[in-house]
Amino acid sequence: MKFARDTWLIFQRQTQLLLRNPVWVFVGVFQPVMYLLLFAPLLKPALNAPTQAAAYKIFVPGLLVLLAIFGGLFQGFGLIAELRAGVIERSRVTPISRLALLLGRSLRDVVSLLVQAVIITLLALLFDLRVFIGDLLLAYLMLALIALMTSAVSYGVALKVKSEDALAPLMNTVAQPVLLLSGILLPLTFAPGWLQAIADWNPFSWAVDGTRALFAGDLGSDKVWQGLTITAVLAALGVVWAARQFARSVR
Amino acid sequence: MIETRGLRKSFRSRAGRETKTVDAVRGVNLEVAEGEIFGFLGPNGAGKTTTLRMLATLIEPDGGEATIAGADLRKDPAEVRRRIGYVPQGGSTWDESTAREELVLHARMYGIGKADAQRRAARALEAFQLTEYADRKCKTYSGGQRRRVEIALGIIHEPKIVFLDEPTTGLDPQSRAHMWDEIRRLRRDGMTVFITTHYLDEADALCDRIAIMDNGEVVAEGTPTELKREISGDVVLVGLDLAATPQAAQALDGEPYVNKLETADEGGLRLYVDEGATAIPQVLRRLDQAGLDLRSIELHRPSLDDVFLTKTGRSLRES
Repeated sequence: MKFARDTWLIFQRQTQLLLRNPVWVFVGVFQPVMYLLLFAPLLKPALNAPTQAAAYKIFVPGLLVLLAIFGGLFQGFGLIAELRAGVIERSRVTPISRLALLLGRSLRDVVSLLVQAVIITLLALLFDLRVFIGDLLLAYLMLALIALMTSAVSYGVALKVKSEDALAPLMNTVAQPVLLLSGILLPLTFAPGWLQAIADWNPFSWAVDGTRALFAGDLGSDKVWQGLTITAVLAALGVVWAARQFARSVR
Repeated sequence: MIETRGLRKSFRSRAGRETKTVDAVRGVNLEVAEGEIFGFLGPNGAGKTTTLRMLATLIEPDGGEATIAGADLRKDPAEVRRRIGYVPQGGSTWDESTAREELVLHARMYGIGKADAQRRAARALEAFQLTEYADRKCKTYSGGQRRRVEIALGIIHEPKIVFLDEPTTGLDPQSRAHMWDEIRRLRRDGMTVFITTHYLDEADALCDRIAIMDNGEVVAEGTPTELKREISGDVVLVGLDLAATPQAAQALDGEPYVNKLETADEGGLRLYVDEGATAIPQVLRRLDQAGLDLRSIELHRPSLDDVFLTKTGRSLRES
């Protein structure tokens, strides 16, 4: 009860501050929209897809996962600014739940990601993408779990390194191979065997496969439950680890 | 209100390839009574802030014990948090929030309900003369206004004790005087106030009792007056003509209140006494009886810097 109340309190505050400057939600959407408009048209011939809509069914889920990964990973920067302003220290002398300090922030990130995802999906509908609503909601659940994990990890790392200068290269170094090995831009079915074998160890590759299966309307596919399970477990681990960083001394 | 025994903390720091252990706080014993303004005086790096952060549950001590407002620091930090307020040194407000929002949020972090939190925020804004700016963003405030918001945050839940880390650092003299009044007001309202400072005049004027800290240890503790008296007592400078000096020395030597007597080369006397205020009338009377005219009489009291110098071998101003 106290925990739910604390989480809601932090979520409200963070959302309020975000809404005061909503431009960031749209800055976040800008890049994927560019991909959607300027890169996706290349895919029909490149993928040998029968129709433009078929190409979008492959590309849009990958793009959404990309958005969830990157959107989350870079949330740590805001936390470093809060650390510097003393806001985190001020929170830590109150009896507020440490898990709530993290979760309130991460849930704000999840909600803002979902808003972005809806914008992208609506735009893709204009390009004849068609998805069954139930499948779409499950895909959004997958995205929410990914964003929860990446934003929690980003907050945890931010509390550890405490400086933007250290966080930026670290996040880029992690994100780059994760991105390439997840088949976000092009499906890994094109990959040579060795690359495919490495990608199998990348949880985001499973998440992308699962999301694609959902967009393809293939709810019964093993990839769906596998992707959801892997992301759920990782999200839980990420949250527990990051909440521990909030509880430990911050100096 | 606060009692600590052997509180210790060391940090590991890396300089190049070597790892060094720095003993930031080496066994601090303190007793702070209810309703006091207690000051922690010492140069930067003496361990004041580290001690304060341990007492405020922000870092865990390596050893020692402490009881704060009746709660055990090591066993029940959550209860300590409920009973104390803490105002950090480097600020604690967010640029894009208003003072009112910050106060309401902070009150609610203590579990206070929304309506009550709003009432408390309004009251605090009033008390700290911030109502006029209450709904402007914190980034528009002056240094003094911002510091007042931060103190208001620290006491929004009416703690028994409030810790203020260097509350007047970086403020102009006027804001500083204003802040002293605010701190005295907190005490009048029944709070125990624990401040750190590296300003001698602040410790002297504001604090009921102080502990002088150097190199991770408390080197002296007491009221400012006690500490100064313990060093050397007062010095009374008696200005006399050169010709009158030997007679005056004869007249005053052996008086019970004079601990030591020195003759200045250019005439005049230095009298070392316990308490200048009671010694001066007696000196005047004695010289009058002896029929000697004096040119001037001055009282010199040792400063806290003299205390620091005696205890550490360095002047606080230099360190």
